[in-house]
Amino acid sequence: MTDLSYLRLLESEAIFVVREVAAEFERPVLLFSGGKDSAVLLRIAEKAFHPARLPFPVMHVDTGHNFPEVIDYRDRRVAELGVRLVVASVQESIDKGRVQEETGPGASRNRLQTVTLLDAIAEHRFDAAFGGARRDEERARAKERVLSFRDELGQWDPSGQRPELWSLYNGRHRRGEHVRVFPLSNWTELDIWRYIAAEDLELPSIYFAHRRSVFLRDGMLLADDPVVPRHRGEEPFETSVRYRTVGDMAVTGAVASTAATLPEVVAEIASTRVTERGETRADDRFSVAAMEDRKREGYF
Amino acid sequence: MTTLEDHRGEPMPQPLEAPPELLRVATAGSVDDGKSTLIGRLLHDSKAILEDQLEAVVRTSTERGDGRLDLALLTDGLRAEREQGITIDVAYRFFATARRSFILADTPGHVRYTRNMVTGASTADLALVLIDARQGVLEQSRRHAFIASLLRVPHVVAVVNKMDLVDYDEETFRRIAEDFRSFARRTGADDVTAIPVSALHGDNVVERSDAMDWYDGPSLLRYLEDVDVATDRLEHAHVRLPVQYVIRPHDDAHHDYRGYAGRVAGGTLRVGDEVVVVPSGARSRVLGLDTFDGELDEAGPALSVTVRLADDLDISRGQVLADPSSPPVVARELVADVCWLDEQALRPGGRYLIKAATRTTRATVTGVEHVIDVQTLERDATRATLGLNDLGRLRLRAAEPLALDTYAENRTTGAFILIDEVSNHTVAAGMVVEAVEGARPLVSPNVVRHAGALAREQRWAAIGQRGATVWLTGLPSSGKSTIATTLEALLVRAGRAAYVLDGDTLRHGLTGDLGFSAEARAESVRRAGEAALLLADAGTLAIVSLVSPYAADRDAVRRRHEAEGLGFLEVHVDTPVEICEQRDSKGLYAKARAGEISGFTGVDDPYEAPPAPDLRLAGDGSLDDAVAALERALGDHDLL
Repeated sequence: MTDLSYLRLLESEAIFVVREVAAEFERPVLLFSGGKDSAVLLRIAEKAFHPARLPFPVMHVDTGHNFPEVIDYRDRRVAELGVRLVVASVQESIDKGRVQEETGPGASRNRLQTVTLLDAIAEHRFDAAFGGARRDEERARAKERVLSFRDELGQWDPSGQRPELWSLYNGRHRRGEHVRVFPLSNWTELDIWRYIAAEDLELPSIYFAHRRSVFLRDGMLLADDPVVPRHRGEEPFETSVRYRTVGDMAVTGAVASTAATLPEVVAEIASTRVTERGETRADDRFSVAAMEDRKREGYF
Repeated sequence: MTTLEDHRGEPMPQPLEAPPELLRVATAGSVDDGKSTLIGRLLHDSKAILEDQLEAVVRTSTERGDGRLDLALLTDGLRAEREQGITIDVAYRFFATARRSFILADTPGHVRYTRNMVTGASTADLALVLIDARQGVLEQSRRHAFIASLLRVPHVVAVVNKMDLVDYDEETFRRIAEDFRSFARRTGADDVTAIPVSALHGDNVVERSDAMDWYDGPSLLRYLEDVDVATDRLEHAHVRLPVQYVIRPHDDAHHDYRGYAGRVAGGTLRVGDEVVVVPSGARSRVLGLDTFDGELDEAGPALSVTVRLADDLDISRGQVLADPSSPPVVARELVADVCWLDEQALRPGGRYLIKAATRTTRATVTGVEHVIDVQTLERDATRATLGLNDLGRLRLRAAEPLALDTYAENRTTGAFILIDEVSNHTVAAGMVVEAVEGARPLVSPNVVRHAGALAREQRWAAIGQRGATVWLTGLPSSGKSTIATTLEALLVRAGRAAYVLDGDTLRHGLTGDLGFSAEARAESVRRAGEAALLLADAGTLAIVSLVSPYAADRDAVRRRHEAEGLGFLEVHVDTPVEICEQRDSKGLYAKARAGEISGFTGVDDPYEAPPAPDLRLAGDGSLDDAVAALERALGDHDLL
């Protein structure tokens, strides 16, 4: 008998979920941001159908506030796997008047992504969307199901969730409704990094220490870039940083770090004392229920 | 009293190597038992709580102004929970030590949330039952122990909390531990342990406590690290692999590749092993165990793998590959313990979807054996239905045979859920107590099959034709009949015997006595399937054009063909309903919309698209393309 290490158990569980959904849904799609979690998710999907190709496309919800390194990485992975890429653009949603650009301090396109995402799901008639969200990320997510149901308006009802027993997932839905699928629900941030190291998985270079011009805002290091207008007194300086999460440049903070290799990053994550969202996402620090509120609206 | 100053510890050293084992723990108990505090303590003392999470707790605790650090705030994630100060839903928490990673399913203890407890326990290796040392073993502790044993959680730990409030008294602990053990044993629990703790002060949670030197057992965390779960997973020695998905790459490098993807649900599958396919009964040998990371010699429990077999069998999702010496029972009748999960009570005699492993079909509730009073745990045989949070025993009859083990034998192949087809809710969690082999034989034992003098192969050789069935399924007006008749004409002109069985034509004779209820449709599909089977046996390519909306009915026809050794190609004519409705060749969509006819597929009756058809035709493409694709698929499957 082969005894599975816990990472292989988590991997097997995630592969199981991906195969269940591919078998039971008509039009699944995998949400791929180029971030570390979606990189792992894509590898899981690749493994689930080997030696066949992915039986569904991948979709990137593009805020327009991208790190170019991440877009390069996205395009490279998509080409390697020979999968179809659907790009849903927040800029287009703004141009079409579906959403309004936020202004003022803390403005970002993070929340706007919800509308773009839901519009794209409706347009392509996707009935299941795989995401890389994890239950350890945030308290509201700790309560979320692996198959998380969304009504015809894309909304999440946390108190009306279907019980999820054993590995028997109920994906039944009506036309117009869809399901978010989180195969990495039971992974922690450290598991993700350990898996990336074990798999020797390529990631966008911004996850590793590099010199960058940044400035300090609310205790976070933000990239000095035209999409993040600096306020008075916010002076840019160059230092060695890396990113713990990848999101809208305007609200995603870098951490001062010299961890330039995978083992160094794993060691750094293993000894950190702050959660990734607390450290690097301004939008999650607004209120204790910020994530729950965004999720109710249909956020990732 | 815990203050912020206590938390400025050094982070626990985390090794680069991942901890070797995973333990899934479910907790049951109420806020009054100090359960959330215990979890907060475990997370905190094992350094799984990070500074910003702790600061948020400190901030909220301070705002409440009772001066106490409320560790429960770490686990109560939803706004409603924080506002009401209660745990409503199952929350999943994660922490790790150098030896193990833990997934903690934290469930509320109140009787109103029995279903949440059942949910948490369903995947647990170990259950923690919280007991207040001042109260002793209450009704609710007994209920928690009962649920843990019903769900066959291998290890149950009574955590006797608030020992500080009984002066760390040994006698009190011993009495509670003995009470709990004697009750748990009666429920059939395998392994029961009791540990005295004070979650508030941390006694015996992570470190052994000085205040209870009379206790010589391990601290809770040490116990969680040490408890032997490897043998639990080894227990289920009978090989089971429910097929999830058939992998066929359709590219030149893997032209003949056919792999059955699934996760091992019991035993260890080895290359060279004989396997039986259940329910079809076909047998083969394992040729290869494939993964992305290379071929394996063997695959043990919980591993996701892709199995290649030596023989070219037509195996689809829902079948189970098993050890031929001890296969699962093929059953349509079953007795099961269930927990009712839905607001809407069980409809006695009602029909539900049943999902067991990877197979979904319909099942009728044929009887309620008893309902268990979750307060007293007494069985009441007089009640006719189950409501939300009720536990009871049901009899069920499935529309199709299921491959089942008892839940005691296998927690994967012995479990199922029931789904309401109207609300789509998961309404019940079921554990098989007894599965009745081969119930309701379709054929009377007095009917003996007349064996013809001529073998099928001789007939086919003599007429130079081979029979098979092509099954076109899809919404009304999706274009099935047009494709079917075009293919028929093409083949017949080329000298191939082919014959269309069209749903509308059949309604004038063979199925003329049937209506459009779900049962009548099932029977209509069955008859069309049998007619196709006879044509195929005779050496004709039967082309069936039938809406056939339910997957279970189509699967039954496929299995009949497999059992008879005849080829079967399922083709989904996948035309969007909007286009079908625009075409509306017979004006039926209009009538259905106007309410003149009911039960119309695509309007007020569901169409269950085949999850893995042999061929999917985009019905809005050109007719020529569709027919060409069909011809190609027939060639690929060696059916021409």
